[in-house]
Amino acid sequence: MIIGFTLNGKKATVDTRPDRRVVDVLREDFGLTGVKEGCGTGECGACTVLVDGEPRLGCLMLAVQMEGRDLVTIEGLAPEGGLHPLQEAFLECGAVQCGFCTPGMVLAGSALLKRKASPGRAEIREAISGHLCRCTGYQKIVDAVETAAARGGKKEETE
Amino acid sequence: MKEVFLPGNLEELWRALEREPAPRPYCGGTDLLVHLRSGKTDPDALVCLERIPELSGVREEEGGLWIGAATTHARLLDDPLVRARLPLLARALSTLGSPPVRNMGTIGGNICTASPAGDTLPPLYALDGEVELRSRDSSRRMPLRRFITGPGETALRPDEILAGVRVTPDGTYNVHHFEKIGIRRAMACSIASLAALLRVSSSGEIEAARLAWGSVGPTVVVSGEAEQALLGKRLTRDVLEDAAERARKAVSPIDDVRASAAYRREVSGNLLLRLMEHRPL
Repeated sequence: MIIGFTLNGKKATVDTRPDRRVVDVLREDFGLTGVKEGCGTGECGACTVLVDGEPRLGCLMLAVQMEGRDLVTIEGLAPEGGLHPLQEAFLECGAVQCGFCTPGMVLAGSALLKRKASPGRAEIREAISGHLCRCTGYQKIVDAVETAAARGGKKEETE
Repeated sequence: MKEVFLPGNLEELWRALEREPAPRPYCGGTDLLVHLRSGKTDPDALVCLERIPELSGVREEEGGLWIGAATTHARLLDDPLVRARLPLLARALSTLGSPPVRNMGTIGGNICTASPAGDTLPPLYALDGEVELRSRDSSRRMPLRRFITGPGETALRPDEILAGVRVTPDGTYNVHHFEKIGIRRAMACSIASLAALLRVSSSGEIEAARLAWGSVGPTVVVSGEAEQALLGKRLTRDVLEDAAERARKAVSPIDDVRASAAYRREVSGNLLLRLMEHRPL
């Protein structure tokens, strides 16, 4: 079947079986390999995609459910040629080790910052609680979200 | 290949459910997709209930709240009516899964999955929730306690769907307590949980009590004996120890990968001791 949706800000269509998982469609048909598959059972958060702005799991969604939705993967978070402020903060804070959890962590962090401009550390930990970092580098990830939040207000004004 | 239907209203849903073989309904997919992947379940076709407006949202009705089955846990947690009138449910929802799971999973899915570890079930039992079941030609209601007939089993007929759950909170309860024992705070499948509603008078006497335990029996466990043991008493250690002993007799836990039956039995009672923290000052 033909499924139409918005992908990283652009109209997209895909002709595929409705029962494929979103993580497979995005990786295999669109080459968006920033959508990682870790556990395949919703425990690790590596396959996170923003669906209408909310973090959801690509391994627990079927292709047909993309119909009409606005999907953003890590590849579409930043403006063309640049970095999202949270990606910059991840670099500065050393919040990336092997990188496998990073797309999910960044998307979860960006969704939190949209909801709440200045979250506390406990709220940041809660927001990333569905994401496993196999390198166990959580402190730096929380630092990065906090750093981006601290800068958030100023960045938005200059945009 | 499985056909997957995505009805946008009830009429489209009924048409999908009339097909042979009937597609299996799902909504958030947080449980179903795990079982599809492992091969534990393999239906010929699926129908996703996430786009049907009649099955979503929270509204005041008949003095209580009607919650659409397809409402996600995250929407419920954000809902001012739920926060104000169902704090017990809100507390349980805040421990369910993780933020992305709460953005996908729905209260109707949690009910129909009918897992003894379903986090919304002990509060809904304590609150005497009532399910609303609909088919093209019928609409019926029944208490949640009767709807869930066993682990993973419900009274849902093949032509029916769960449309919503109705809860009429009794505003006189002044203690709303939920605690879940799990290995970690997020993404923890409950080892044991307790939902408790108490009405404690200004002089400290327990006037009414509703207790329900998760993960310590084939379905949610309620214990009239444990509730009785609290009535007319105060929230002291001795009183709660007495109720805890009765609770340990009422539960029928199993050994599994998460915990032993003996641990679950012990902790089912211990969870009541926490109610001491709600003693009026």
